[in-house]
Amino acid sequence: MTQPRALAGGITEPPAGFAEVLLAAGLAPTWDVLLGDASKLSLADATTVLAVRYADGVYMVGDRQATEGYSVAHRRMKKVFPSDDFSAVAISGTAGLAIELVRLFQTELEHYEKLEGTRLSLEGRANFLARLVRQQLPMAFQGLVVVPLFCGFDHTTGTGRLFTFDVVGGRYEEDDFGGTGSGAKEARSYLRSHFDPTMGAEEGLSVAIKSLVAAAEQDVATSGPDVRRGIYPNVIRIDVDGLVELPDDVIAPVAEAALETVR
Amino acid sequence: MTMPFYVPPEQLVKDRADFARKGIARGRSIAALEYDTGILLLAENPSGTLHKISEIYDRIAFAGVGKFNEFELLRVAGIRHADVKGYMYSRADVSAKSLVNAFAQTLGNIFTHEVKPFEVELLVAELGVGDEPNRMYRVLYDGTLYDQTGFAAIGGNSDELSERLAAAYRPGLTLTEAVKVAAGAFEGEVEGWESAVLERNGHRRTFRKLTSEEVEAFIAEK
Repeated sequence: MTQPRALAGGITEPPAGFAEVLLAAGLAPTWDVLLGDASKLSLADATTVLAVRYADGVYMVGDRQATEGYSVAHRRMKKVFPSDDFSAVAISGTAGLAIELVRLFQTELEHYEKLEGTRLSLEGRANFLARLVRQQLPMAFQGLVVVPLFCGFDHTTGTGRLFTFDVVGGRYEEDDFGGTGSGAKEARSYLRSHFDPTMGAEEGLSVAIKSLVAAAEQDVATSGPDVRRGIYPNVIRIDVDGLVELPDDVIAPVAEAALETVR
Repeated sequence: MTMPFYVPPEQLVKDRADFARKGIARGRSIAALEYDTGILLLAENPSGTLHKISEIYDRIAFAGVGKFNEFELLRVAGIRHADVKGYMYSRADVSAKSLVNAFAQTLGNIFTHEVKPFEVELLVAELGVGDEPNRMYRVLYDGTLYDQTGFAAIGGNSDELSERLAAAYRPGLTLTEAVKVAAGAFEGEVEGWESAVLERNGHRRTFRKLTSEEVEAFIAEK
């Protein structure tokens, strides 16, 4: 059993978080092999994910495709994950590293919640995620870029909030919508003309999915809803009551309607 | 040069055990009880912020009595043990059995090697997966381990509490009945409850805290 550092540390430092416990146990991923160029490797890339605020909270959506160069690596990949009961994280970039980053982030949040008996503040969660991204910087220089997106419901402000990041761990709060991944630019340009902060839950869902369809129209790496195979975007909705992962039968009609209207 | 006195091991162990038991006897007790869809943990605790009952993992809960800083240290170590194991392998690989073994080893070592033993007694409850039975373990100050079924009690009055629980307990209680049975086993005026359940709720995390008011409402229910 790992001995708590508090035994030796004293009160100047906060108790070790999960990531530090892993590091102390020699289990954390380390990037000390910095040779060569990772662009030669054939690795899965996760594409477009978006977060959109609406009147009562925030939506997070992600397409399901991962690419390997010009080929499709996975058709049913999940890129949008609950990070706890009131927040979600989505990923773009090198899939293998990004999924591990999400797993570490989820574990850290739950770990903190159990130790302290209370959740980290939403800002605290976003700052911690920024730190995880910054730790990946050496890998980003090798071409293995991971950029997440974070959103959640903040009980202190009573609103949904969302944060975008860059590879150096910069953290930027957006007050309307944000996206990352290859199709994010197209999705944002759709949202710029269709976003309305007062929209309700139903309209918010429709706008979020339409912007993803718009991204898929222009960006070859992003897949829209695949009606033939029955593959629909992943959608998470967060409001004052918590986080819901919407089931396919709710998403399907909205996605099919979006395919009809977005050209 | 001073010669160390010879103390026979029997005497050493007895002195340490007496010391630890005295410390634990000063604290209030905790009861655990299985009910039809979960496990109830109930403690007498006038403080609303200094907790004795905690979530360790998806299906595992922890309760400690005795010296707060000592069982808090073990609680934190337990959460780390479980989270590291679940992260390294899979969430399904985290079990109460390996956790209580680690607690028992740690307490056993402290009991024999440290200047003073820990004045704590622990209870670890685990909700079974599917049809598997629930598990409850008691860990004593010297690392002694007990496997309990149905109900368990730790703390200063654990023997009396355990006897009263044995008299009132039967399998298949509802949560309301279980709260009544557990609360009824505490004697005298209780200044406040701390309580939690591990509940078969279909979610990954099964731990839920009950407020003192919720416990009172269950007790008052007809």
